[in-house]
Amino acid sequence: MSLDTVKHAEQTPDVELPWKELGLKEDEYARVREILGRRPTGAELAMYSVMWSEHCSYKSSKVHLRQFGEKAPQSDAMLVGIGENAGVVDVGEGYAVTFKVESHNHPSYVEPYQGAATGVGGIVRDIIAMGARPVAVVDPLRMGAADHPDTKRVLPGVVAGIGGYGNCLGLPNIGGELVFDACYQGNPLVNAGAIGVMRHEDIHLAKASGTGNKVILYGARTGGDGIGGASILASETFDDAKPSKRPAVQVGDPFQEKLLIECTLEAFAERLVVGIQDLGAAGLSCATSELASNGSGGMRVELDDVPLRDSTLSPEEILMSESQERMCAVVEPDKVDRFLAICEKWDVIATVVGEVTDGTRLEIFWHGEKIVDLDPRTVAHDGPVYERPYARPDWLDALQADDAAKLARPASGDELREQVLKVVASPNQASKAWVTDQYDRFVQGNTVLAQPEDSGMIRINEETGLGVALATDGNGRYAKLDPYTGAQLALAESYRNVAATGARPLAVSDCLNFGSPEDPAVMWQFAEAVRGLADGCLQLGTPVTGGNVSLYNQTGEAAIHPTPVVAVLGVIDDVARRTPIAFKESGQLLYLLGDTRQEFGGSAWSDVVHGHLGGLPPQVDLERERLLAEILISASRDGMIDAAHDLSDGGLVQAITESCLRGRNGARLIVPDGLDAFTFLFSESAGRAVVAVPRSEELRFTDMCGARGLPATRIGVVDGDAVEVQGEFTLPLAELRSAHEETVPSLFG
Amino acid sequence: MARVVVDVMLKPEILDPQGQAVQRALPRLGFEGISDVRQGKRFELEVEGAVDDAALARIHELAETFLANTVIEDFVIKVEDAEGVENPVTPEAPAKSGS
Repeated sequence: MSLDTVKHAEQTPDVELPWKELGLKEDEYARVREILGRRPTGAELAMYSVMWSEHCSYKSSKVHLRQFGEKAPQSDAMLVGIGENAGVVDVGEGYAVTFKVESHNHPSYVEPYQGAATGVGGIVRDIIAMGARPVAVVDPLRMGAADHPDTKRVLPGVVAGIGGYGNCLGLPNIGGELVFDACYQGNPLVNAGAIGVMRHEDIHLAKASGTGNKVILYGARTGGDGIGGASILASETFDDAKPSKRPAVQVGDPFQEKLLIECTLEAFAERLVVGIQDLGAAGLSCATSELASNGSGGMRVELDDVPLRDSTLSPEEILMSESQERMCAVVEPDKVDRFLAICEKWDVIATVVGEVTDGTRLEIFWHGEKIVDLDPRTVAHDGPVYERPYARPDWLDALQADDAAKLARPASGDELREQVLKVVASPNQASKAWVTDQYDRFVQGNTVLAQPEDSGMIRINEETGLGVALATDGNGRYAKLDPYTGAQLALAESYRNVAATGARPLAVSDCLNFGSPEDPAVMWQFAEAVRGLADGCLQLGTPVTGGNVSLYNQTGEAAIHPTPVVAVLGVIDDVARRTPIAFKESGQLLYLLGDTRQEFGGSAWSDVVHGHLGGLPPQVDLERERLLAEILISASRDGMIDAAHDLSDGGLVQAITESCLRGRNGARLIVPDGLDAFTFLFSESAGRAVVAVPRSEELRFTDMCGARGLPATRIGVVDGDAVEVQGEFTLPLAELRSAHEETVPSLFG
Repeated sequence: MARVVVDVMLKPEILDPQGQAVQRALPRLGFEGISDVRQGKRFELEVEGAVDDAALARIHELAETFLANTVIEDFVIKVEDAEGVENPVTPEAPAKSGS
């Protein structure tokens, strides 16, 4: 077919275009025609189809996500909010931190190594597009059943990909999670987060204004990678009958990305950049339309000038290509030479491909002919918005009525001991060192805490010790039982994890992983989770700064558990004051903070011992979470505690196991009055932490808890080389260690 | 004993960072005139017994499941004859892709 120019489109209104194959719905295509007043050209159709895909347009989720703005708490810390590449938070001393979590789920299922690697690459480019230097990454992962053969294919590849890319960039991987559940079979979740640091004055926003400014594409050449990946891969469920829909996988090159980081930051430092955008999903279509619509609107692009890896690419393919390690900058004409010189110095290919015009149209040319002529806002911002029907699923009542309270509990100390070993050795509760040991956690020398600590912590000012902490949490089992509460529990846990290390929680990013929005039950889960998260963030005073939605994590009728992953960022004035999880000092007193109730719905115990999921998740009390956080932060700052560990899945026994093994010390525990040993060890009530208090600080600490009204119960002492629960059982540390640490290596090692 | 060679290459549309690194190095070392480099892997398999259809089918299977990652790589099987000439084997009926 000859070139489909704008003129040609005007003259041939009846030509059929493959809008259906590109993922557009009939009414969406009609709307494209209405906007343009004619049929789109092939190139325009390519742009609309990728940019109006679920992944890029958030068309199903937008109406709900608005709550994050509407319910946003007043926060002085917020410098840049939702809508930019990543949110920016003030952390004091003139420093600002940007952080974000994104999903790279579907690509990681198709090709685990490259999918996960390019996920890291994508989130890091979001950070540099804000003008920040990336300082750390985190990776929350969800996999199918640990003993399923496909998990053996996916997980090692994903871990190697994350490690390979991050290690090559020289970025420490300081946290994340790994959860196994059969519901993620065929739909593993590979979320990637990154933190960047900058000075306040260096914040940069993606926009193209100033007529005559040049549009420079720099980084890797454009090839046929992942064409249509955004619209096709991330926005439809997998269907084996249509293998042709599987697009080419993107392969990343971390060394190119490292050059991109240095080159971009040097250009920023010299104030050469007016606007900038990274090229991720939807590639040039996204970058040009977003840059143009965030500026005055007019832009002219010569597609012939885009450096290609494959000269046979059509203009449509060039616009849709998702080749990695590319960025787009808008630069004033008199600074172009300097910008190109910096790129040359870093061995980065850079080409002027267009300029900002005084019009309002995005015009793209190929071989001298105009092939795109549209209002960029209609592509980037005014895509379709769906009020998808949602309905509380009819199975939920039965699920919630299936109370975990009826499950058989251990009848003797010996049985309790056996179940403790079984739970801490289960793949979800077992040590994840096999994974995190493959990541470089300490490169750059600023990592203060990394996995298995409650949150990762990075020092950002060597002189004052100022640092930031980041934790990510999410519990799909809780969210399945009650998505509103489940989302708040994810927030509460992440918030608590940050506070447990001594850092003050400041802001939130989220990665919302759900099934198909076309299923009203899934849409209801999504709506509830967003409402829960927005309400929770308002109450805790931690605004959502940005995030990502991943829908269609579904195979056939079976959707994944609703899985909102919540990242909380905190700040600590001096990282030397941090609180680790390890019980290092024998003789220190153990206190359980918070209230322990009969809460086993969705618990690790119910899963491991009974294979059960039912009832209600633990209740949430965010005021209590806030109080607990204040106590943990004060106690850390004033040196009243030497160790703290939040209580979440697996309950107290999980926290005690991790803290004892990490500190190489045992613990003697006494079941407090009013609790039975089983509930004491396995309840998953929220708003709790266990702390180790030096004897000299006991009075001061308990006085503080008493004065502020936080229940603090003395439950034992750090001592010996076994975990002993008085009157119940004794578990030597060696036995506990082999149970906890051998599971994951034996499955995947 | 007969030798079967399996050549594994990244698919044409897939980025090849190693090949690019080699290509960038060439002019620096004074080797001009090479416009593109793509790097692959070569496996030389010493086969016990005759290289018959059954053996080739087995090699095809092992190449597809283990030597090559067919999501991003293609492979070609060649049989070396007595003179050491490598003769490409016509691929079987296209096997199922991916894994």
